[in-house]
Amino acid sequence: MNVLIYVFLGIGAIFNGLGAVALLRFPDVYTRIHGATKCTTFGSIFSILAVAVYGAARGGGDGVGMVIRALLALVFLLLTNPTGSHALARAAHRAGIKPFRAVVDRLEEHR
Amino acid sequence: MIVELSLGIGAAVLLAYALVCSIRLAIGPTAADRAVALDTINTLVVAIMVLVGAAFNLMIIMDVALVYALLSFVGTLYIARYLEEGLR
Amino acid sequence: MRRVAEIAATFALAFLVYLLLTLPSGTFGLWSAEELLAGAVIALLAALASHRLLWEQGGWRLLNPWRWVVFLVYLVGPFFLAMAKANLDVAYRVITGRINPGIVRFNPGLKTDAGRTLLANSITLTPGTLTLEVDEETGDFYVHWINVRNVDPAPEEVCGPFPRWAKVVAE
Repeated sequence: MNVLIYVFLGIGAIFNGLGAVALLRFPDVYTRIHGATKCTTFGSIFSILAVAVYGAARGGGDGVGMVIRALLALVFLLLTNPTGSHALARAAHRAGIKPFRAVVDRLEEHR
Repeated sequence: MIVELSLGIGAAVLLAYALVCSIRLAIGPTAADRAVALDTINTLVVAIMVLVGAAFNLMIIMDVALVYALLSFVGTLYIARYLEEGLR
Repeated sequence: MRRVAEIAATFALAFLVYLLLTLPSGTFGLWSAEELLAGAVIALLAALASHRLLWEQGGWRLLNPWRWVVFLVYLVGPFFLAMAKANLDVAYRVITGRINPGIVRFNPGLKTDAGRTLLANSITLTPGTLTLEVDEETGDFYVHWINVRNVDPAPEEVCGPFPRWAKVVAE
């Protein structure tokens, strides 16, 4: 059980770090949203799953409470994160930020 | 004991990543870049709160994490709306 | 009559969430009497305020338990695999810096808001794609693709089997 917690924490740490690096390294807003959203969602899911496993291993009233809260936090993140990043990307495009070195921009042609 | 310690270390690592993201928050050339960095930090903070709540056995911090996840989402939507059409 | 049913369904959902949040603490069954009373009042207020938003476009069909089973299978199966692949893809592009971005348009043929939302969120979390805009009337998806292979792609080229899953789960 403990090994599972360590593995989940490790995966979470690796992918969250990847998200932070992607945020710094990519050249424009849209690619930054790509990296940041995908990696931090995936990494945070694993960090929270580690807590759920810890709560399940601990048992008792506190353990059950931890499992429920961790799973609810997971559902909220999974629902709200892509929606928020979609809103930011759309706002950036409407504010007139051009994608970096884009080969095609159908949305611009559409307007 | 050692498991709680590792959960705390995981939270500290995520906190370091949040500081890395705040570099982009400071230098981001456009307002949209800063908003993206803030959104990323929000996600990390939710994960940090859940980890800290488990590490120190503080159930109330996990409740705060749930509320924070929903409120930061609403905040992101309002920032996006502001970027789209200005303050109205 | 229809309105009462809407309010009752919203109340049940909100009350269920409240009960989940306050599960382990209590003497009255699993919960304490105060929590049950407070939860009922708050859930009723939430139901009165928000029942219109939830059921407007035939939201009833989403309560079908078979859809939830399919949704869970989708979540732990193809969706999770695609998400893991997406992260490795981002790692590859962060290290090599090899990108060829563009915004493409395609039409997956989804009719309802729930199906479009599910597909848009799936696209955002899967390899190399990010939903920018959905045309409300025609159902066209505008997607930022980090590695454009085809300027006018078919839906399968961008997001694989996801439109079919979205149709089964939400339409």
